[in-house]
Amino acid sequence: MIGKISVKYLSLLVTIGLFLLMYGFGSVMYTGFLSPQVFLNLFIDNAFLGITAVGMTFVIISGGIDLSVGSVIALSTMVSAHLLEVSHWNPALVMLAVLVIGSALGLAMGCLIHYFELPPFIVTLAGMFLARGLCYVISINTITITNDFYTNLSQYRIPMPGGSFISINVLILFAVVAAAIYLAHYTRFGRTVYAIGGSEQSAVLMGLPVARTKVLIYTMSGFLSALAGVVFTFYMLSGYGLHAVGMEMDAIASVVIGGTLLSGGVGYVFGTLFGVLILGTIQTLIVFQGTLSSWWTKIVIGILLFLFCVLQRLFETGKGLKIKDKPAAKASELGAQAS
Amino acid sequence: MTQTSPTLYQRITSAKLFWPLLALALLLAFNLVFTKGFFHISIRDGHLYGSLVDILNRAAPLMLIAIGMTLVIATSGIDISVGAVVAISGALVAMLIGGTLVLKGGVQSYVTLVPMPVAILAALAASALAGLWNGLLVSRVGMQPIVATLILIVAGRGVAQLITNGQIITIYYKPYFYIGNGFLLGIPFSLYMVLAVLLITLLVTRKTALGLFIESIGINPRASRMTGINAKNLMLCVYTFCAVCAGIAGLIVCSNVKSADGNNAGLYFELDAILAVVLGGTSMTGGKFYLLGSVVGALIIQTLTTTIYAIGVPPEITLVVKAVVVFLVMMFQSQKFRRVVFGKLSKQVAKS
Repeated sequence: MIGKISVKYLSLLVTIGLFLLMYGFGSVMYTGFLSPQVFLNLFIDNAFLGITAVGMTFVIISGGIDLSVGSVIALSTMVSAHLLEVSHWNPALVMLAVLVIGSALGLAMGCLIHYFELPPFIVTLAGMFLARGLCYVISINTITITNDFYTNLSQYRIPMPGGSFISINVLILFAVVAAAIYLAHYTRFGRTVYAIGGSEQSAVLMGLPVARTKVLIYTMSGFLSALAGVVFTFYMLSGYGLHAVGMEMDAIASVVIGGTLLSGGVGYVFGTLFGVLILGTIQTLIVFQGTLSSWWTKIVIGILLFLFCVLQRLFETGKGLKIKDKPAAKASELGAQAS
Repeated sequence: MTQTSPTLYQRITSAKLFWPLLALALLLAFNLVFTKGFFHISIRDGHLYGSLVDILNRAAPLMLIAIGMTLVIATSGIDISVGAVVAISGALVAMLIGGTLVLKGGVQSYVTLVPMPVAILAALAASALAGLWNGLLVSRVGMQPIVATLILIVAGRGVAQLITNGQIITIYYKPYFYIGNGFLLGIPFSLYMVLAVLLITLLVTRKTALGLFIESIGINPRASRMTGINAKNLMLCVYTFCAVCAGIAGLIVCSNVKSADGNNAGLYFELDAILAVVLGGTSMTGGKFYLLGSVVGALIIQTLTTTIYAIGVPPEITLVVKAVVVFLVMMFQSQKFRRVVFGKLSKQVAKS
């Protein structure tokens, strides 16, 4: 039992260790890397990615995937910009509208996935096309936001010790992570998510509210993507249909590097936060290095993904036969469908 | 006897090719009514010309990838890295050919960095290598296919940009344009490549036991290993094959636009290809696969895009229309949805 627990936390420890190692490497190699502001910038620049990745963590733990997150962020920036600049809505109402749209999209996708037994990959793909397309329906150009409330919030600096600062976005990120950790580990909802990821059939047989939970997971992911969109609007102060292209892959990569298994059932929100920080650190390292081109970021993230996946495989085989049972379960599921 | 055998209607609707073909037919019928001259095919400069030919030509890369993807999905895997492989293949071939127009004694001639066949072979070899990498991760390391190919999707675009040095490489070598824009006997040359790949794949999977092996791996990898199927090597081959298909598609795409863009070439191809396969009736859980269905699926996607342009809908909302169509087709393919909707209908009919 003790061995099992340590294995469970080992991949989390590896993630945190890797982050410290990379940050330490940067601190030794480049002057100014160790400053508090550089560290806090990791949060400021990646707050939207972090918020999305938290939602993605729940989806992946439940054994699904959500490809629509990047597009929902773009749609959120577009809707915000349009409502603020063209329709002149009250900023509070705008945020509410954006969050409602995101949640509604997530809810619809969740319902399709659960009630019509459609693969999450395809459903969220359609959601991705829809959200990205709706951006262009609103406008094909960038809409710059000049609303006072938004610009003030965007430029607001919360002073931290040592002359550094954080933005409102970082506070939102921390609130989301804290709420998500509570939700994942201290509520029935969280336990049901893990149970569905472990084996959906068993979860149903155990009498857990699988239908409600699955729909809620995708609704939550949609909500958090929209929230990330609001945060991204603060960050960019514009709405554009090409914002956050390919963000879904970054979010999935952060979740995987954070130690969550894509097969579902295993993972931590806390690990995802460090996955996001690692992605941010790679970017910062490449900026500090100066001569490497930006595409090295992608290659390094790819290599890290590879290392992590191999590592996870080693843990899995260490755990014994647990994973090997999966094909059998799937076969019986198929049999049930066929009959 | 006659009572137990299914009626003609049931036989037709239960055929896997029926639904994708119906969707394609509906799309074409829509065009017949709303788009003028959609079915008009004329001969210009000795080759066929018209919307239908255009659809076929433009769908060629997607059809190729869909063929490869079908086999991967049949093993209950998935390859989301095909778009990145398209970019790598295109970048490599553009880099190697480059090409300049040289005037030698008043005669224009094209000069390449390396001979074109070598460049093409190198691009295909690189694609095969990418596929081999995916296959090794899935079959030997035992990673989930989506994770294994996620690595390449992230790193692959970086590699493509590394090859092109982050720039869009333009090709100045006329013979190379033939692959994507040329005509042979009046028909786009790219279609011959699709046809060749399709026929070879059909022959190999349907006339030998290979197709059955692939299906059995998709249904139960453990049981198929017990029966003596070399599941590992077969999966390795399937992923390599899929990447080579993507590589060929990369050549066509690159030749079509006469340049290579590491960032945007083949963007979202993986999603379109998976969509084509699913539209074609192959289940994402693996098992039975329908190569012809996937080809029809790719044609549906391209017809849809062309239709949207043809009826004058602003191109910006193509994605919205695509989402709606994906949604509709998905619903009709969902057995549960069909049972809920048509089940009720048939009950009412039976009552009255």
